[in-house]
Amino acid sequence: MKGLLPVFKRELSGYFTTPVALVFIVIFLFLAGVFTFNLGAYFERGQADMVVFFNFHPWLYLFLIPAVSMRLWAEERKSGTIELLLTLPISLSAAVVGKFLAAWAFAGIALALTFPLWITTNYLGSPDNGVILAGYLGSLLMAGAFLAIGSCISASTKSQVIAFIISVVICVLFMLAGIREVQGFLADWLPVQAVQVLGGFSFLTRFEAISRGVLDARDVLFFASIIGVFVAATGVVVNMKKAV
Amino acid sequence: MISIRKISKRYGTGSGILAVDNVSLEVGPGEVLGFLGPNGAGKSTTMKMVTGFLTPTSGTAVVCGRDVVEDPVGVKAAIGYLPEGAPNYPDMTVRSFLDFVAQVRGFSGTEKHRRIDTVVDRVQLRGVLRQPIETLSKGFKRRVGLAQSMLHDPPVLILDEPTDGLDPNQKHEVRNVIRALATSADHQNSGRAVVLSTHILEEVEAVCSRAIIIAKGKLLVDGTPAELRAMSKYHNAVTLTVVPPTGAGGEPLSVAKELGDIKWVASIEDKGVVHVPVSPAGPGGPRQTLTLVPKGGRPLLGDVTSLCKSKGWAIETIAVEGGRLDDVFRTLTTKDAGKDAAKDSNTNKVAEPVGGAA
Repeated sequence: MKGLLPVFKRELSGYFTTPVALVFIVIFLFLAGVFTFNLGAYFERGQADMVVFFNFHPWLYLFLIPAVSMRLWAEERKSGTIELLLTLPISLSAAVVGKFLAAWAFAGIALALTFPLWITTNYLGSPDNGVILAGYLGSLLMAGAFLAIGSCISASTKSQVIAFIISVVICVLFMLAGIREVQGFLADWLPVQAVQVLGGFSFLTRFEAISRGVLDARDVLFFASIIGVFVAATGVVVNMKKAV
Repeated sequence: MISIRKISKRYGTGSGILAVDNVSLEVGPGEVLGFLGPNGAGKSTTMKMVTGFLTPTSGTAVVCGRDVVEDPVGVKAAIGYLPEGAPNYPDMTVRSFLDFVAQVRGFSGTEKHRRIDTVVDRVQLRGVLRQPIETLSKGFKRRVGLAQSMLHDPPVLILDEPTDGLDPNQKHEVRNVIRALATSADHQNSGRAVVLSTHILEEVEAVCSRAIIIAKGKLLVDGTPAELRAMSKYHNAVTLTVVPPTGAGGEPLSVAKELGDIKWVASIEDKGVVHVPVSPAGPGGPRQTLTLVPKGGRPLLGDVTSLCKSKGWAIETIAVEGGRLDDVFRTLTTKDAGKDAAKDSNTNKVAEPVGGAA
């Protein structure tokens, strides 16, 4: 994977040379705060844990992660820099993985900046920090899965707006596949087994366990596979669409 | 150094658009090859295949002994490429952009700094190193693109429309850089191969040692700029201004008929008789300007001057043309490109100038 590191560094610093990083991080922290303290009633619950904080992450990511991923490839294709990037002596996979990892690291930085809440929780009580760590890891994994999907969609269009909207829609589908209403709706159309399989793709269901601190290997494997499959698909789509 | 072997590209599936049709050519060290052709002729597509950006539908290109289909990364390492429009990352500063390219190309530490310094001096970017690329003028952006392409001192440079959209001064600068690049030997002292595409004909004359014309995906001709010009119907044409004889009533009589009777004159372009007012530059009176186009590019000068002398027509100006590249370009690229072209598409040299072309 020669060239992965420079691509990663360029992409990551790209977030910080533009207002993208600032706007994203401020909005992310603000919304995370609103969800935790207002909607989640963090103080009123009187429990020293971060369950309410993690509970809202899927909804936060639903709109914020596609905003990060939309530019990954759409911008390169629109400005023609994709031709520059892909005629440098690096493999396609180094470019695809490098860019994905940069976006993921960026999401990780935003997530890490929520540490004051962790400090607060530890100040107010004595939470199980293992559970909190599991929550952070799970949240990071889910962010990666959303990013991988967004990266693939971004590769398929030159328009960042289209990339954003389609990514949100697909992420909604992945999130909600498991909830009862959607399952009931699908049951009218599909055989029971298919409904169950689709339900298994639900981010929401899988993340629920993680946010309670249950880091099941199957859930980790699920998110890792989503990342793997969609990053690989990104490579295929970039290769297919680069000429157009 | 570059060997393009029967390369073709078809966009879309099935019977999609055939953008490049079975093109073969060789470029050796020290050569500057001009890729000429109208827009959509397949110039850029050919370059994109040679640089490994697009995969050929059939055929391949070998650059410095590496096959672009089998070893695209190896080929990319040997090539410096300026894509059309010189795309770059607008948010980055010139310095960080060049730093990124240097890192991707595997340079680090002092070697990286040395290379960036060398290339920055070469294309004169010193003053704008800390500026974001988006704040630069078009000419500077193009220089950033050039700097990026030659950072690793590549044996092969491929430049897609390097001067497109620049003002005449900037064009001149960029051409100087390209010329300097071609003549300066690379690190192995064996000379560089430069391929550039353009639709500016004067550029070919200014920088290229060889030119090819491509239209509708087919290679039409391949030769030196002089050879190309010799294909023009204006090759060896004579343009002269004479003082025409006057008739009984003092009216000027056209000399076109007599000149047209010279043995090898194919046609005459007569700009007519004009009356020049008396001026410090010379006496006034009627003047006739004509261009005599020869048959098969034969020289006419001797016959024309001796005819004028024998008739007593005073020649005011006379000039022999080398041929007009734009005329060759138009003739070749607007006629049914399929006909004569198909025969030539695999030959590498112009066999003989095709006199009248049309």
